[in-house]
Amino acid sequence: MFGREDKVPQIRITVIQYGILAIFLLLAFGLWRLQVMRSGYYQNLAQQNRIKEVPILAPRGKILDRYGRIIVDNYPSFSALLLRNQGPISNATLDAIAAGLHLDPNDLKQQVRRASAAPGYQPIYIKYDITPDELAFIEAHKNEYPELDTITVHRRLYPKDGFMANLIGYVGEISEDMLNRPRYDLYNPGDIVGQSGVEAEYNDLLMGQNGSRRVLVNSRGKEVGELSDQPAVPGKTLKLTVDIDLQIAAEEALGDKEGAIIAMDPHTGEILALVSRPTFDPNMFAVRISPKDWSAIINDPGKPLLDKAIQAQLPPGSVFKIIMSVAGWQSGIAQDLTVHCNGGADFYGRYFKCWRKGGHGTITLPRAIAQSCDVYFYTLAQKLGIERIAKYATEFGLGQKTGIDLPNEVSGVMPSEEWKIRNFKQRWFPGETISVGIGQGAVATTPVQLVRAIGAIAMDGKLVRPHVAFPSELPPQYKPSSYTQVTDVPIDPQGWDVITDAMAQVPNPGGTAAGSHLEGIDFAGKTGSAQIVSNAFKARAANKSEYKDNGWFVGFTPRRDPNIIVAVLYQGGEHGDLAARLAAQVIKAYVEKQRSLGVKTAGTLPPDLATPGESPISRSSPPFRPGTSGHVEMTGLWSTNSANDFRVARFDIPVSRRFHAALTAPGMGAFAKDNRPNFRSHPAPQPSPSTSHRYVPDILAVLPDPVRSPQP
Amino acid sequence: MSRYVNYRDFDWVLLIFVLIICALGVTEIYSATRQTRFDGIQIKQIYWIFAGIGIMFLMSLVSYQALLENVYWMYIVSIISLIAVLIFGRSYLGARRWIDFHFFHFQPSEWVKLILILTMAKYFSEYQDRELPFRELVKAGMIVVVPMLLVMKQPDLGTALTYVPIAVIALFLGGMKIRHGIIMVLIAGVLMPVIWHYGLKPYQKQRLETLVSPEADAKGAGYQVIQSLVAVGSGGLTGKGAFKGTQTQGQFLPVPHTDFIFAAWAEEHGFVGAVVLLLLYFLVLMRLIQNAQTAPDRAGTFIIMGVAGVLAFHILVNVGMVVGFMPVTGIPLPLMSYGGSSVLFMFLALGIVMNVRMRRFVN
Repeated sequence: MFGREDKVPQIRITVIQYGILAIFLLLAFGLWRLQVMRSGYYQNLAQQNRIKEVPILAPRGKILDRYGRIIVDNYPSFSALLLRNQGPISNATLDAIAAGLHLDPNDLKQQVRRASAAPGYQPIYIKYDITPDELAFIEAHKNEYPELDTITVHRRLYPKDGFMANLIGYVGEISEDMLNRPRYDLYNPGDIVGQSGVEAEYNDLLMGQNGSRRVLVNSRGKEVGELSDQPAVPGKTLKLTVDIDLQIAAEEALGDKEGAIIAMDPHTGEILALVSRPTFDPNMFAVRISPKDWSAIINDPGKPLLDKAIQAQLPPGSVFKIIMSVAGWQSGIAQDLTVHCNGGADFYGRYFKCWRKGGHGTITLPRAIAQSCDVYFYTLAQKLGIERIAKYATEFGLGQKTGIDLPNEVSGVMPSEEWKIRNFKQRWFPGETISVGIGQGAVATTPVQLVRAIGAIAMDGKLVRPHVAFPSELPPQYKPSSYTQVTDVPIDPQGWDVITDAMAQVPNPGGTAAGSHLEGIDFAGKTGSAQIVSNAFKARAANKSEYKDNGWFVGFTPRRDPNIIVAVLYQGGEHGDLAARLAAQVIKAYVEKQRSLGVKTAGTLPPDLATPGESPISRSSPPFRPGTSGHVEMTGLWSTNSANDFRVARFDIPVSRRFHAALTAPGMGAFAKDNRPNFRSHPAPQPSPSTSHRYVPDILAVLPDPVRSPQP
Repeated sequence: MSRYVNYRDFDWVLLIFVLIICALGVTEIYSATRQTRFDGIQIKQIYWIFAGIGIMFLMSLVSYQALLENVYWMYIVSIISLIAVLIFGRSYLGARRWIDFHFFHFQPSEWVKLILILTMAKYFSEYQDRELPFRELVKAGMIVVVPMLLVMKQPDLGTALTYVPIAVIALFLGGMKIRHGIIMVLIAGVLMPVIWHYGLKPYQKQRLETLVSPEADAKGAGYQVIQSLVAVGSGGLTGKGAFKGTQTQGQFLPVPHTDFIFAAWAEEHGFVGAVVLLLLYFLVLMRLIQNAQTAPDRAGTFIIMGVAGVLAFHILVNVGMVVGFMPVTGIPLPLMSYGGSSVLFMFLALGIVMNVRMRRFVN
């Protein structure tokens, strides 16, 4: 029949066959494109998919004192976290976990809810720095709550009660602001870096290099195998020039008074102690500081984070008279200057008072220093003029940074005519020179500047660069050679004698710090009392105690080429005499320690303490323990009356040791002993009235009878 | 009508090819579900295959002509069941596709495919003009379009699309004019933007968007596409070896035992293995078409070509999705992917094909 067909037309079936063939060729082409042409690219992607880099955090380097005693260490801290790759966590489980870890169950649930949008392989950190009983809870319930896990990190353990806190500083997560600075170019977000003190200054050295572990993971982030390890490089140990024993003495001396103490070896510039008050507990930063603690620190009017030894710029008061004396001597004026002090004098039409109402009478340089006569130095200032004063003060480093290896040092102010025009667009008034003569007016110095300047004068003009790290142990990037640079400032030897002799009279009867006399110690120094507001303002002020004068003292021993120099700033201390007492405590501790070490050379010399800056004590066994007693064998040789009769004998001398040297910084002892942190809440810093660190020199007993009879 | 049925005329060659593909599927299901919560699921797949073979033999016993005589009733029941799903169906993931009969979930849209093939065959066994006028084209087209719209309403765009090849094949073989075909393609082209704006759900749009640029949302909707491409591409020429596909074993590949089983296969067995598998499918299709050509009547040809069309369309969409040519539609790869409905449907369809073949010497 036309137009009708029982069979389907063959041509159309063939078309469908070719259509199917075309589809299959297209699919085969798709496979070829992926599997042959671009297989390398996709193989690479597949590798990236399943290989995860897990960082291994490098522990920060320890910080040691000059004898290798531990100041800052690390401790393993556990953080609790929830893994979410096993599916959702039930509310009952969360309640149980919250109870075990002492968390608020509602907070925990909210935290889990908030995190539900994040990728499943990211764990939720629920508690940092858990206690041993919380750790035990997690271990005991491993099977019950497989989603509950812990990780270990090394956290900073600092001495307790804010000991040395301003010098050491603290660590914290790197801020966005810091990441933008070129110094932190090589750092990554999340890195824990030093935020102040030596932690910040030597961060590159202390931080070490994080390692990583390449692991195979599945799509849920579960580890299914391990490829390779790149171990972490721990941070390097930093040895400070600080002597813990002296630091303890300085901390105890300052107590809870406001101010700063800084002790230095003027030969080298090595800082032996550095204290600033009020202080803070850096352990609060070691885990994660709470907003409440942070705002308490930030809003404290005493500014605990400020290191006053290098950041407080205040008028030095009468301490400046030593600079004046040198300037006067070197200018040939002070040698023959005799002034009559009636308790004040007129300069440029204004009456300037001396601190002693009755006056000092006829006075020359030595007594003017010892008794701090203001009229003498007003006269000297008038004769010198501001330019010469500024020249000598600048030579001794005032009004500029000392270059100490601590961050954010301030420069202070040393005024001059040029300085006044530059900053105030005003002419210098000659009357201002008179105030500068006694360290008032625009002069502002930091404790570290004073310790360096007065140290240089006591050293006959050797101006050092203060530093807290041993330059010999620093990598070249810190330019260690610049640490030991000594600048010679010429001082006439005779003037040096006169001025230092006069300073030795200060802590003696008739001097301004007679109450700080140290018997048997050649102690010299200079007091200072600096007004922080004008007398007129103070008279009007309602709360007078707020504007009390600052007490200053810079002292050293012995009077020439001293071994130690101490500067004390006692804010609100009214008079330099009180500051001098604090300095005397530090000087006394230093001398007594030196003498007790001297005694030890007759007995068992602890090798670690004999040579500063060598093998750390922690590696060898402690050479001596506080309170132990022992015996010293001694051989004696003597002659009797007849010339040819020599006798020799060996003696066994019982030695009782009452000398206490610190084994570590306070709070680190328990840790050093059993290598375990004492989990503690962080108490507010408060100075402890400890007496266990006093140095009592050993006295070699009278020789007992010989153990064996003398041999002819 | 005398009945002369002999299992000598059963297409054993076709069955062997089909069973080889099924066996490869079982090994890949095993590989892809090891150490997951689906571990051991390949055993269930083997049960489904045996059940399928049983149904296939049963199906080959009933004369397809008898089925065709009742096909309009079956068609009406199909339409009613699709409407019933829309009204009574259980909502799962925002779509009503199932009727819950307590002992099993009934998803009528799968079986409607088979009834549509039969209905179209019946229609064209009665309409035997060499050329298909426009009026008849619309009439025949409506047979498929009505259930398609019902399935789209569920919404299940993927299954609805699988009805398209049934209509296209039948209309084409039924004598559709080339002119009409071009007009239909043009209309579809014009309708595309309209459907894009008014017809598609947001997730459907997203799937199409990720086809164009999967990297735009690499952690979300693009994830499946990217992981599939990485799995296939990283397989290389010869593959990573059985049970050694990192994308499959590491569970990066989504649902590697169902929709993405071809990607899992291609990763572990490489370009060579993937082409061998495609070749097996091609042989099955060619064998089906050969059977269509030797069918005893016009209806038999239409039935087998319908089955071949549906099979080819599934392969195109599924493998096309795996190699990045097609959007993610959730259409399984027949005979390979895990799933009872899919396996039973394929063997039921093969049963009808056998049925036609075994009656090729009748009359």
